[in-house]
This record gives sequence, structure tokens and C-alpha cells, in this order.
Amino acid sequence: MTSIAKPKILHKGLRRNGLGLTMRDYEGGMSTLCAGCGHDSVTAAIVQAFFELDIPPHRAAKVSGIGCSSKTPAYFLGASHGFNAVHGRMPSIATGASAANRELYIIGVSGDGDSLSIGLGQFAHAVRRNLNMLYIIENNGVYGLTKGQFSASADIGAKAKKGEENRQPPIDPVQMALALGGTFVARSFSGDKEQLVPLIKAGLLHKGFALIDVLSPCVTFNDHEASTKSYAYTRTHRSTAVEADFVPARAAIQTSYAEGEIVDVELHDGSRVRLRKVSKDYDPGNRGAALDYIRSRHRAGEIVTGLLYIDESEPHFHVMNGTTQTPLASLSYESLCPGSAALEALQRRFR
Amino acid sequence: MEPTKTQGTEYFHRVVDCQWACPAHTDVPEYIRLISLGRFDDAYLLNRRSNVFPGILGRVCDRPCEPACRRGRVEEKPVAICRLKRAAADHRGDITSRLPKAPAVRNGKRVALVGAGPASLSVANDLLPLGYECVIFEAHDKPGGLMRTNIPAFRLPASVLDEEIGYIVDMGADLRLSTPVKSMRALLDEGFDAIFVGSGAPKGKDLDLPGRRDTDRIHIGIQWLESIAFGHVDSIGERVLIIGVGNTAMDCCRSALRLGAKDVKVMARKPRQFFKASEWELEDAEEERVEIVVNHSPKAFVVEDGKLVGMRFDKLEYDLDERGRIVGSRVVEEVLIPCDDVVLAIGQENAFPWIERDLGIEFDKWGVPVVDPVTFESTRAGVFFGGDAAFGPKNIIWAVEHGHQAAISIHLHCRGRPLTERLPRGVTLSSAKMGIHEWSYSNAFDPSERRLVPHVDLKSRFKRLDIEVELGFTPEQIATEVERCLNCDLQTVFTSDLCIECDACIDICPVDCLTIARNADAPELERSLKAPRLNPEQPLFVSAPLKQTGRVMVKDENLCVHCGLCAERCPTGAWDMQKSRVVIPYAADQSTEAEVPCRKIG
Ligand SMILES: Cc1cc2nc3c(=O)[nH]c(=O)nc-3n(C[C@H](O)[C@H](O)[C@H](O)COP(=O)(O)OP(=O)(O)OC[C@H]3O[C@@H](n4cnc5c(N)ncnc54)[C@H](O)[C@@H]3O)c2cc1C
Ligand SMILES: Cc1ncc(C[n+]2csc(CCOP(=O)(O)OP(=O)(O)O)c2C)c(N)n1
Ligand code: SF4
Ligand code: SF4
Ligand code: SF4
Ligand SMILES: [Mg+2]
Repeated sequence: MTSIAKPKILHKGLRRNGLGLTMRDYEGGMSTLCAGCGHDSVTAAIVQAFFELDIPPHRAAKVSGIGCSSKTPAYFLGASHGFNAVHGRMPSIATGASAANRELYIIGVSGDGDSLSIGLGQFAHAVRRNLNMLYIIENNGVYGLTKGQFSASADIGAKAKKGEENRQPPIDPVQMALALGGTFVARSFSGDKEQLVPLIKAGLLHKGFALIDVLSPCVTFNDHEASTKSYAYTRTHRSTAVEADFVPARAAIQTSYAEGEIVDVELHDGSRVRLRKVSKDYDPGNRGAALDYIRSRHRAGEIVTGLLYIDESEPHFHVMNGTTQTPLASLSYESLCPGSAALEALQRRFR
Repeated sequence: MEPTKTQGTEYFHRVVDCQWACPAHTDVPEYIRLISLGRFDDAYLLNRRSNVFPGILGRVCDRPCEPACRRGRVEEKPVAICRLKRAAADHRGDITSRLPKAPAVRNGKRVALVGAGPASLSVANDLLPLGYECVIFEAHDKPGGLMRTNIPAFRLPASVLDEEIGYIVDMGADLRLSTPVKSMRALLDEGFDAIFVGSGAPKGKDLDLPGRRDTDRIHIGIQWLESIAFGHVDSIGERVLIIGVGNTAMDCCRSALRLGAKDVKVMARKPRQFFKASEWELEDAEEERVEIVVNHSPKAFVVEDGKLVGMRFDKLEYDLDERGRIVGSRVVEEVLIPCDDVVLAIGQENAFPWIERDLGIEFDKWGVPVVDPVTFESTRAGVFFGGDAAFGPKNIIWAVEHGHQAAISIHLHCRGRPLTERLPRGVTLSSAKMGIHEWSYSNAFDPSERRLVPHVDLKSRFKRLDIEVELGFTPEQIATEVERCLNCDLQTVFTSDLCIECDACIDICPVDCLTIARNADAPELERSLKAPRLNPEQPLFVSAPLKQTGRVMVKDENLCVHCGLCAERCPTGAWDMQKSRVVIPYAADQSTEAEVPCRKIG
């Protein structure tokens, strides 16, 4: 029998994490994406990050919209919660889930189509709310699922597979998030797990909204020569501004770096993200300068990647909205439904 | 590291662990696939091509393939390769019409074969179809060598021997039974074009301790087993000690039980991890309630009034180093173990009393002939040795392989060609892709555990000496066991130019054996592997630099389960699953170009 499903083989070289689980325990169903799709690599990076963070799979909630990218939550964390929303509406679902249970690690996976066209409004407000979630855009410049039409992230002059040229300027989710007050803004590449995995870990532990725009080539509709989102183009035009290493809470602090080169930022569970500036005049704590830098490199034909901006001090969604500390699911019936007298009292306040 | 050379090397052969380990290089995965398709005849004949005796070997082969089997590295137990070979034999139809045949007209060359054991029979098997006249001289009145005289019938029934030996003899061998060769000189004088000595290693080792000559109840294992096989011995005392813990000892203890012994102890000098017997032979003996006693070194036979009453042993204690090797030992006490009979099973030696020492056939100081390990020629041209006679006692499958190689040499010799003009082994490859999500083999990983072959129950099996204990797999067991084979001959073949470094193969591989890394020297590259390199004996494949980043694709062959998912997920076909076939040349494949007059013996 020919099989295309990945079998679960507990081989002798398989690592176990702090929970005694293997990477296999963090995988999901068999991918139905095209062979070689960048999105599958992002899936693998997510699996690795959750595994290495020792997060029990059932503590995660996966949310997505519509698209090849939005299908991928089915392929990781098979034993977690999930909601596949309508096109572009994942942030609403994420907001609800987060409000109802702040103990969940919420991971949203979207596409450039899902987030930058139909879902642009929802995306913008999720940033603005500083919603406690990791929001990954698997950015391939096209609507992969509907067979490769240009998306809003396509560059001017980029050519589709059949040759037509894009003439409209791209929307860059990174610049947008910076402009809208995003508190964790990163860009990476599906073909570079060394960079991507620490970013996912840091993003999951960030206090607020973490955006990672992942260049994730569509091997079927956008990996040809005149594409600006292909494997080859991305590899030749990518530069890294800041490298981010993830340092778990229990690891000892290392001081082998020269002064000024390194900035440690503490995340919400005491772990840290260690920033190493590759470009020496770049400052991941300066929103305006970050925007300028990204724009100027873009004009020079470069795609800047890395952890481009981080701020752990801004109030996040739960703080701003005073949401319940205890997940709704754990509250007693009496506090969830305090009875008609309480309702009466509430309504009186609005009369 | 340098890119790995796979073309024109033995790389892909090595990947097929079982076939690499098999002395005769039996194409195991292919016969297992044929069985899975219900093609038992084809599976049998494929086996027969390399190992000549599938029914026999499917029961009693030493199976070096099984400890080598990849499945045993992925999980605990290897594929039951040997038992599946028997399944092919058990379920075959009448294959006689498909066996090789001797040509109507002989080629005029005469070859003498001394002994009718597996070595000589294999030579005859390869030479008869080429028109040789094969005269086999055998001292006993039945052919088969130790397979008949020493391997007990409860492991290997006579009917199986008769049938498979018959396939060879019926091609027209001139089998002369009860005809011991008493003089090599006389044999040389008969004018054969070549002589093959396959007379085995017939001398059982003795143990000269006090009391050895004072009783007739001490038996030499291989002679004793032979006497049982020929019906000369049919009883033994109640309490039997077997000295030695090799495979011969296992046959001796189980035979003793069948002759009426009630209390059988196998006495070993060393702890269990140092035993020579195969694990499965030990298991079979212990299942029959044989007691295996460790750390006892024989000291004396105790004979009182001409009657053997027991044996004295030194009880030993061993010191082991951290690697588990013995570094010291001491005697802790002396013990007397009562018994009625002792069987010595402490080894075999070569003996060639019938070969005169002035014929140009040289022997070393242990009396073992000087034999070329490739051509099997002795120091006298035209005289060849093989099987246990060549390098001392081994096993049947080695005897068969020696036979194949000696047959090639004899064929070259008889046509006046240099014996080194041997065809090389090769590997052919062809893609196994049949379509989208379709491979020409069962690539799914089946997590089933190894099937256990059913045995005749412990009561009935002792009723007669020749009740075969193992029953063979049931059809259901066959169907499950064949799926455990990982199809190691379906090779992962990599074309570095095609790789776009998308990581799809890396992410899908269920055993994490693929890595794309910056090239470095071996230790550093090994450190960057996705899963640790647990078995440095297994090759690492390192590709040429990849086009986009100059990194390299590295594959650790150790755990690959040949599931084909890397090739399935590769968008560019950089990985492909290709069916390999190891081409093993036999005498019949050697060139048939114009004959040169035969070189004479000597
Ligand atoms: C107890 C025991 C159990 C074994 N069990 C196994 C097993 O389970 N699996 C396995 O693979 N191997 C087993 N072996 C080993 C295996 O049987 C031998 O390695 C194999 O038979 C060797 O084959 P051969 O052709 O070289 O010689 P042999 O099988 O020894 O055949 C030699 C033949 O030559 C004849 N002969 C000798 N001298 C002359 C002469 N001068 N003239 C004419 N004929 C002569 C002998 O009578 C004999 O028939 C076992 C061996 C023993 C002793
Ligand atoms: C409301 C609605 N409008 C349009 C569509 C059709 N549609 C499906 S997927 C998709 C775009 C997906 O693009 P993207 O988010 O970039 O995902 P990709 O497939 O490229 O990963 C569109 C327009 C839809 N499913 N629902
Ligand atoms: S169409 Fe493109 S985006 Fe969708 S699965 Fe295929 S390669 Fe990936
Ligand atoms: S065939 Fe490919 S995917 Fe399967 S185990 Fe081997 S290397 Fe891994
Ligand atoms: S799947 Fe194919 S193209 Fe992708 S990295 Fe593996 S070999 Fe290269
Ligand atoms: Mg897209």
C-alpha cells in the first residue's frame, strides 16, 4: 500500500522535553499542502518551538482564517484547541478566546491574503488592542489556495507565473504593525528555522500582540524566476538586522558578548530574548528608526528580517480591558451567572 | 566532508543491511515482497539462486542477516527473515520445471567433489548447468554432510534435505555414496580437470581430564549426534551433562532429552553474555527445560568402580571491566555434579588424513589448508577447498557462498582463464515512482511486532526423535511479518542540483535522519545532525553543495525506514526512491568466450 502519512516511530535518537513528550506529540494531521510549500516548514518550526518550550499541547489554542496558510493549524498540535474562522476573521475569534481564557497560548496563522486584503481591518485592530497572541502571517505574495492571484503583499514589478506584472504597491504588515503601535514585530523566512524558532518562542511568551511576518514561498504559484517571494529571491535579497536568541527562564545568564552589542529583554515568564544587532546602527527599541531602516533597505532591494521591534512595557489587552484572571471555564456557576438580582442592578446603572 | 560517492561503489549494497550481511548476498527484501504478493514460487527461486537451499536454510540458517536487519535498530526485533524464507519454501508449488537443467551435451570437463555437504553440492549446482561432469564422492551412505548427520531431525526433517539435495543431484551429478576418498594422490591420478575438497571439519575436540579414559559414557558431541542420526544410538542415561555452550551443545542437550534423559545440564565456563550459541538456540533449549549452568570450569570426570558417577568443576567468579570484558577470574569453590553421561561439545577441527603432504597442497601449523580467500584455490593449481574444509567450521550459508566462488574459479580454470578474471558485483537503480502518491512498493511503516513462530507443544514433541518442533508461520503471520520489512533496497537517491532547500524532506522524515547543514569536517557536521548519530558503523551520505546556499544535504543511513516520504514531499524530485538490485555474478555469468585449452591440475 502506498502511504503518504508520516508514521509515528519512537526511534532511539528522538529527544524528549521537560514533559517527557517527543516532537511527534506536537505534530498534527498529515499536510495536504503542495510538496515543498514554505508553510509546511513554518508548521515544523511551530512544532519545534512548542516542544522546546515544554508547553502542554492542550494549553494552546490555534486560530486561523482561510487559505493554504490558514489550513496549517490542522498540521500541528493535534491535541490542542482550535478554530478555523471565516476568511479574514481570525482576530475576532482570537479576541474572544483570549478574553475567555488568558491562560491559553493563542497562536494565529494567517496568510497575506487573509490578513492584508479581506482581513486587513481585523488585523489592524488586533495590533491596536495589543491582543495577547502570536500572529503569524505566512506571506507568499499570492492567494495560494485560489490558484495564485497576486495578493496585497506582492511587490511592484513582480510577475505572476503566467507572466502578468503587479503594478500596485505592496502592503507590508511589518510596517503597518509598527505604525499601529505593535509591541513585537518580526520578520523571518520559512527556510531559516534557526532564525524562526527562537522568534516563535519569544512571540509566544511576549506580553501582548506578537507579529511574525514569515516569507513562505508558494512553491506552486510563486517560486518562478520573476517572483520576489521565491526561495531563491528571498535567499539572495534577505538581510538580518537583529538576531534574537531565546533564553529560557532557568538558563544562567551568559556575558560572553561585548558591551552594547547585546540587549536582553525579559518576557512574561521570566525567560528572555537576547537581541544581537547585526547592523550596528539598528535599534529594536526605537519604533521610528526601525521604520526608517526597513524602508530604506527596501528601497535598496533588501528584505530586512529579525526581531525588528520589541516593547514589553505597553499595557496589553487583558490589562486594558480588565479581563478575568480566572478562565471562564474555571469560574463557578454562581460567579458566571449571578442571578436576576445582579442583572437588575447592572441594568439600573444604564438607565 | 567530501561528497559521498554512490555510483560505482558498494554504498547502496551496504544500505541493504541484510543482503550485505548475508554471506551469499540473498536478495532478502525482494523475496519478502514476492511473498507479500503471494508469489511463493518466485520467492523460492530467487532465494535458491543465491542460497541454493531455501527450505533447509529457512529452518536452520545461522542468519547473520537478522542481527544486521535495520528493523532491529528502529525497534527491538529484526524482521523474521529466516522464517519467511521457510514460508517461501513451505508454500511453493511444483517448481521443478523452473530449476536449472544440465545441457544435453556435456562440455567435456570432469570435476571431482570430495564430500556431499552443502559446499560440494553448491559447486555442483553451479557447474552442472554449464555442462560439467560432476563426480561427488561421499563417505556416508546419504548426502548432506553435517546437515544430515549433525543437525537433528527435530530441527531439519530428512524430507526437506532429500528434496533440495535431489534438485541438484537430479541434474545429473554422479553421486558416489559410501565411497570415501582415501588418497588425494590416487584422486589426482584419475585425471579430473579440477578437484573441489568439501570434506568439512569432521573432528570433534576431546577433553583430556582425569578419568577421561576410564568409562565409555563420555561422548564426543558431533560423533554422538551422527550416531543418533544413523540410528546407532537410541538411549542415554537419566542425568546428562553437556560440556560447552555453542550451537552443537544446544543440539546435544535437546537430543539427549529425546533419547530419554530427564535432567540435562549445559555446563558453561563463562557468563551468559560470552556464550557462542545463538540467542534463539538458547531460548529453544531453555523452553525444553534444559538447565544452563554458568561459571563452571570442568576439572575431572569422577568414575567409581568403572562407572561414571559425576564430574568435578571449579566454580569461577569473573572480574569485568567497564566495557564488559573479562579481566580476571578466581575459583570460589569446587563442586561435584552427579551424572550418568557426559557429552563434549567444545568445538570441531579440520582433519585431512587422506591428503598426502607431498602433493604441493600446503597446510598451516594447525593443519588447515592454505586457501586463497577469493578464488578458494589451494597452493596446488586446480585443487580447490570450500566450506568447513577451507577455513575451519563455519556454517551452511558460508559453505554455499564458498561453493559459488569455487565454481566460478573452476569454470575459469577449466577454460584456461586467470582465476582473477572475476566479474565485479554491481548495483542497478530504477525509479520506483508510479504516479502522484504512488510507489511501486508498500512504503507504509507497519508498527507490528515480530511474529513468533508456533512450536509443537512441549508434551508431544518428545514422542519421536524426528518431530519437527517449529511449525512455520501461519498465513496470517506471513501477511503481517512481510509488512515489517522496511524495503531497504528502495534507495533514497539524491540529485543535489534539483534541491531548492525548502526543508520539506527534513520536516517529514519520521526518523529525523535528514539535515541540511553548512559543510564542515566530519565531527562538526555530525554535531549539526537533527538526530544524534547513534551508529557510526552506518554510512553518512553527504551531498555536493546545494545551489542556493552552498550548504549540503546530509543523510544518516542508520535509521531510515525507506518510507519514501522525503521523495513524496520533495517538490523538485531531488529525492527519489529507486529500486536497487545488487548484481551478484555466478559461474554461469562468467564470459563464455572462446575456450583456451584447459590448464592441468598442478
Ligand atoms: C551439531 C552441529 C549443528 C550445526 N547446526 C548448524 C545450523 O543450525 N546452521 C548452520 O548453518 N550450520 C550448522 N552447523 C554447521 C554446518 O553444518 C557446517 O558448517 C556445514 O555443514 C559445512 O558444510 P561442508 O559442506 O563444508 O561440510 P560438511 O557438511 O561437513 O560435509 C562434509 C562431507 O564430506 C564427507 N567427507 C569427509 N571426508 C571425506 C572423504 N575423505 N571422502 C568422502 N567424503 C568425505 C563427510 O562425510 C560429509 O558428508 C552445525 C554443525 C554442527 C556440528
Ligand atoms: C469571504 C471569502 N472570500 C473569498 C474567498 C476565497 N479565498 C479563499 S483563500 C483566499 C486567499 C488566501 O490567500 P492567503 O491568505 O495569502 O493564503 P495562501 O493560500 O496564499 O496561503 C481567497 C481569496 C473565501 N474563501 N472567502
Ligand atoms: S498552492 Fe502554494 S501556498 Fe498553497 S499549498 Fe501549494 S505551494 Fe503552498
Ligand atoms: S525514506 Fe526519506 S523520509 Fe523516509 S526515513 Fe528514509 S530519509 Fe526519512
Ligand atoms: S524536499 Fe527536495 S527540494 Fe526540498 S529540501 Fe528536500 S531535497 Fe531539497
Ligand atoms: Mg498567500
